[in-house]
Amino acid sequence: MSRKRISLRQELPLLVWLVVVWGALWRDFSPGNLLFGALIAVVVARLFYLPPVELGGRFNVLRAVPFALMFLAKVVAASFQVLYLAAAKGPKVVSAVIAVPLRSHSDLLVTATGHVTALIPGSLVVEVDRSTSTLYIHGINVRNADDAAQLRKDVRDTEAGLIRIMGTKAELSALNQEVGA
Amino acid sequence: MNPETLSGDTVIDAVSAVFLVVGALMSLAAAVGLLRFPDLMTRMHAATKPQVLGLFLLLSALGLQMRTWWVWPVLVVAWIFQLLTVPVSAHMVGRAGYRTKHLHPELLSTDELEAVVQQAAGTRGFTDDDEVTDRR
Amino acid sequence: MMQLVLTVTAVVLSLAAGGAIIRIARGPSLLDRVLAADVLLAILGAALCIDMAVNRHLNNLMLLVAVSLIGFVGSVTVARFVADRREKPRES
Repeated sequence: MSRKRISLRQELPLLVWLVVVWGALWRDFSPGNLLFGALIAVVVARLFYLPPVELGGRFNVLRAVPFALMFLAKVVAASFQVLYLAAAKGPKVVSAVIAVPLRSHSDLLVTATGHVTALIPGSLVVEVDRSTSTLYIHGINVRNADDAAQLRKDVRDTEAGLIRIMGTKAELSALNQEVGA
Repeated sequence: MNPETLSGDTVIDAVSAVFLVVGALMSLAAAVGLLRFPDLMTRMHAATKPQVLGLFLLLSALGLQMRTWWVWPVLVVAWIFQLLTVPVSAHMVGRAGYRTKHLHPELLSTDELEAVVQQAAGTRGFTDDDEVTDRR
Repeated sequence: MMQLVLTVTAVVLSLAAGGAIIRIARGPSLLDRVLAADVLLAILGAALCIDMAVNRHLNNLMLLVAVSLIGFVGSVTVARFVADRREKPRES
């Protein structure tokens, strides 16, 4: 098998996640159990080989915590917005499908943006164009061009936040230039 | 509830009771949305978003009620599983729904995907091929 | 207080389940029904969760995870099946 070896550092997030799941399923976080879990995680990662996720190589915790809190607030807002729209507008709600071109071309960031977009208010990913990294988003309660522009800006802001957390250095500097300009 | 009994336990109980009721209301919100929205896409909004918040609230209430720290990792793992799976299934259903034309064009203010779909269909010589992107 | 919570949530979840079942019965397309079935599974999960919180046990936790995973696998499978079936007649 002539697969490219992936370094331990690149695999580490996956291994840590597997160990956490193992501990959580056993509901036992004693060192012995965690060590055994780590052993199984390594064996599983070797046997059931998956193409490595190409991480940006950095993770900014200081940016991640406010983003996570913001995300939680937006999930709450999304649910109440749906409740309001269902109760008040009902069958008369108007929506739109809009294209949002993203800055990043990395699969990880496009996926993460799509996930977050699907969970924040009024947007849902319908189609992804990987070659141009464009998300086609179904927005609820988008009545006119202004609403569409606002939704597009929201999605791009989400992506900017994710780039600040875990984008590559090149993407980050491109983003900083864009904001500065 | 008189002030003497207002200890930490009652506060925790009250908070988790509120979480439980609001979490159940989120399920009701999903059902109301399912019944009242006009087409598949808008119904998908109703089906996905309240689910995530509802499960979050219910799991938090459960964690508060158990009062032991080791349940929290399990609950967090359960919630993260849901966070990862819900957008994926919503996207799959939405994509299939868009391709099979399960939406009412008169309810869309703009549709920027349609032009792309038409173009892709034209260049590939298909009449109705909605597959713009990856051919899996 | 927990008894009151249990009653209220039982009523609310029953209403929600009724709504989802009406959508399953009426739903104009297969995808609508799948979506409603997914919501019904989520309501079942919510009921399991409330039972655990009120009675303070964790017996159903793995069942809860399994139920949400089954909902995920089911809707993804049906979504792909629907997309594939549409493409068949064109090839013939």
